[in-house]
Amino acid sequence: MSNDSGNDMTNAVYSLHVNGTKHAVRDAWVGESLLFVLRERLGLLGSKGACEQGECGSCSVLVDGELLCSCLVLAAGAIDQEIVTIEGVAAVGTPNDLQQAFVDCGAVQCGFCTPGLIMAAHALLERSSSPTEMEIREELSGNICRCTGYGRIIEAVQQVADARNGDRS
Amino acid sequence: MSPTTATTQSALRGRLGDSVARPDGVAKVQGSFAFAGDLTADGFLWGATLRSPHAHARIIRIDVSGAWAINGVESVITAADVPGKATYGLISQDQPVFASDVVRFEGEPVAAVAADHPDTCRRALAAIVVEYEVLPALTDPQRCIDGSHPPIHPAGNVLRQQRIVRGDQSIVGPVTVEATYELGMQDQAFLGLEAALAMPDAGGEGVELFIATQWLHEDRRQIAACLDLAEEKVRLTLGGVGGAFGAREDISLQVHCCLLALRTGRPVRMAYSRHESFLGHVHRHPGRVWMRHHADSDGRIRRIEARFVLDGGAYASTSSAVLLNAITHTQGPYKCENATVDGWVVRTNNLPCGAMRGFGVVQACFAHEGQMDRLAAAVGLDPVEIRLLNAMETGDRLITGQVVENVAPVARAIRETAALPLPDQPPGGHDHDPMRLPGGAGLTADRGHIRRGIGWGVSIKNLMYSEGFDDFSTARVRLVDGVAFVKFATAEVGQGFVTIAAQIARSVVGVDEVVLEPIDTTIGSAGSTSASRQTWMSGGAVDGACRLVRERLFERVGAAHGIDPLQLAIEGSDVVDTVGTLRVSVHEASQGVPIEESFEHHHRPTEDLDENGQGNCHTAFAFVAHRAVVDVDPELGLVKVVQVATAQDVGRALNPLSVVGQIEGGIAQGIGLAVMEEIVQIDGHVRNASFTDYLLPTFLDMPNVVISLIEEPDPMAPLGAKGVGEPPTISSTPAVVAAIRDALGKDLTRVPVRPADICL
Repeated sequence: MSNDSGNDMTNAVYSLHVNGTKHAVRDAWVGESLLFVLRERLGLLGSKGACEQGECGSCSVLVDGELLCSCLVLAAGAIDQEIVTIEGVAAVGTPNDLQQAFVDCGAVQCGFCTPGLIMAAHALLERSSSPTEMEIREELSGNICRCTGYGRIIEAVQQVADARNGDRS
Repeated sequence: MSPTTATTQSALRGRLGDSVARPDGVAKVQGSFAFAGDLTADGFLWGATLRSPHAHARIIRIDVSGAWAINGVESVITAADVPGKATYGLISQDQPVFASDVVRFEGEPVAAVAADHPDTCRRALAAIVVEYEVLPALTDPQRCIDGSHPPIHPAGNVLRQQRIVRGDQSIVGPVTVEATYELGMQDQAFLGLEAALAMPDAGGEGVELFIATQWLHEDRRQIAACLDLAEEKVRLTLGGVGGAFGAREDISLQVHCCLLALRTGRPVRMAYSRHESFLGHVHRHPGRVWMRHHADSDGRIRRIEARFVLDGGAYASTSSAVLLNAITHTQGPYKCENATVDGWVVRTNNLPCGAMRGFGVVQACFAHEGQMDRLAAAVGLDPVEIRLLNAMETGDRLITGQVVENVAPVARAIRETAALPLPDQPPGGHDHDPMRLPGGAGLTADRGHIRRGIGWGVSIKNLMYSEGFDDFSTARVRLVDGVAFVKFATAEVGQGFVTIAAQIARSVVGVDEVVLEPIDTTIGSAGSTSASRQTWMSGGAVDGACRLVRERLFERVGAAHGIDPLQLAIEGSDVVDTVGTLRVSVHEASQGVPIEESFEHHHRPTEDLDENGQGNCHTAFAFVAHRAVVDVDPELGLVKVVQVATAQDVGRALNPLSVVGQIEGGIAQGIGLAVMEEIVQIDGHVRNASFTDYLLPTFLDMPNVVISLIEEPDPMAPLGAKGVGEPPTISSTPAVVAAIRDALGKDLTRVPVRPADICL
């Protein structure tokens, strides 16, 4: 008879604050990553898993304002923290300026890396309103895209920074 | 219960030649686009695969009772449970659905489970006992060729041998250059891991599969055979595809997932991990290529001798076609009348290899471009001069005897690339930012030690399938009330066919609104999204169906107004009389009764090669030139690619923004092969199956790309447009390596170029 210890913890109930809403997580094994819980327990499928070891950035979310890979964080460790996912960036059907720039600039091909890249670029533009090209490359270098070769993504981020600065001036 | 699929709608304006945004773009940037791994269904189970830890072993015993004993496990299957054909494969069916007697590569599937949670699956797999007798792994291709190793498969250790013999075999010199080139195994490394959802029919008489793939109908053929079901009982719908690059041309989890669903009577989701993905799909063939070029003293190529040995790994996949591509592109985009080429692709206990962007031509190009630089040095020309001197033109014959009938702007591509500006910054840039130096964030390089180099790569690539294969594509268009509903089974993998399809419909039929129907097997095959073929083939199919619809629309308008339909034309969104005054909107003209037409586009027939490698085996060709600029730290062996310039023969840019995306993305993969990407195997054991250890180009590795599009519409192409996906990947690799050679004066003949190759 095989040891079935994995089910010992499945009755834990905890809450996560995601995109301004409190979500109860029921019947979850406490070993589940934040990425797994967001996707499979809360139905927030926008965050993607592509490497499971924090190398590709596809699962990027904000936790208390900090950009991190949700595949590397236990969901149960994010209790009492404010989590923002791609679904919290803008309502479906009304993309924000950064998202629209990705579309218009050709920064999206297969789109699998895109939600993570939007989160990373969003975080970058929150920190730095006029990033240089090298700053964009450095700040987004934790996000791998296999389709685009990155050129159109850099273009999109620069356009948004320019437009936002234009609005301010 | 049915999940959402990759249906896309578009009312965006934009016709052929416009840089139209993707119709699925907003969903993708918002995270609401449904990829295959996002699809779910009520009461679903998770599926998972048990894989061989050995590269070569005999299976003595499999005991699955431990897995069945775990709470939450609903099914455990092995080879004994496969109801139909025990093996599958694209060209020959030599790969077992599950290994039963022998495992032939590390990662070969042995069993699969379905359970209530991924962690239950993991524990179930761990509880399956497989007793192996480990056998020595065959990893030396030469032993396959010389016959010194017993067959590791009933079909033998040579997957294909093919010669090309053309012209005068006695030509020698006066100038000869030769070298042996080597390429490591590259992984496609798409971001969206293999994933599927299988839904069994009530009663278990059929199954529906939502799948990320490149070719729905070919998947269905193989799945149905293995499940012993009629093809109509297996229905496939494309789940959102997170990149492909060749790795989804072969089936991976398809049969396993369907079989678990049929066994349990419940929906089953499967999703590979990254580690599993490295083991679970085919890769680019590693290979050794020897070439000897004989040339006149002025540098004109007289004869080429070559020998290709590609490692196909454990199963055949598309190896025979990859070898054909490799050997038939020996000469590159250069004139050559005389050749002797021997090609082998062999079976070993390494990971199976098959399709990856470039498909055999990458291997040939790395060698022939190295040879062109050697030849230039031998006769005192520079890299541009030697290539212009030998540049192929329309009407030239390949070493297979086939005449290149396509537009062939090779010299123009070289000249336009040469005219693109070089980087205006010295190593480290005018701002002395160490981030610009090799090693970047490591701050390792001393600016004064950096050496800059410039290198060239030029290539020819066949488009579409070869050797007699009729890879047709099907489309159906229905026009009603000013809306065109377009249906095809073309796998959208990120390349943007959905964008092009709507542009075609808007341009040909004059509609503003296009609805793209679900991509599935309820229409005829579109062939594979590979071989740079979908713009030509499925574009041709959509164009053909649209033209038939337009003809019917003109008949209707003509009859209503007493005008000869032949004098009607589409102008913007209107039907107009070209010799009269009638103008009626397409919206008004298509009110009421729908007009529906279907079209199959076939390319011209091709032939098999004869025993001397002669024959019109290819359909069409595209050309490209690349110039790379690199900075190299000779002490630490680090390389920074500073710029890639390219002029590409695209025929006609149907969507310039999409073309730029294909070019930049393809070059990134070419740079990856040049300086970082390789799956390392030792005695068949995979040592780096993760994104931590298999390095991919990041934002900081990718240079600026300077692009010139050569638009000479090809009369053979339905829309004048050539495929653009593969050429960027092919000659960017040799261009980068040539630039490193130029910087160092070192004789680098293997990719990826590793730091030790530079500094030791």
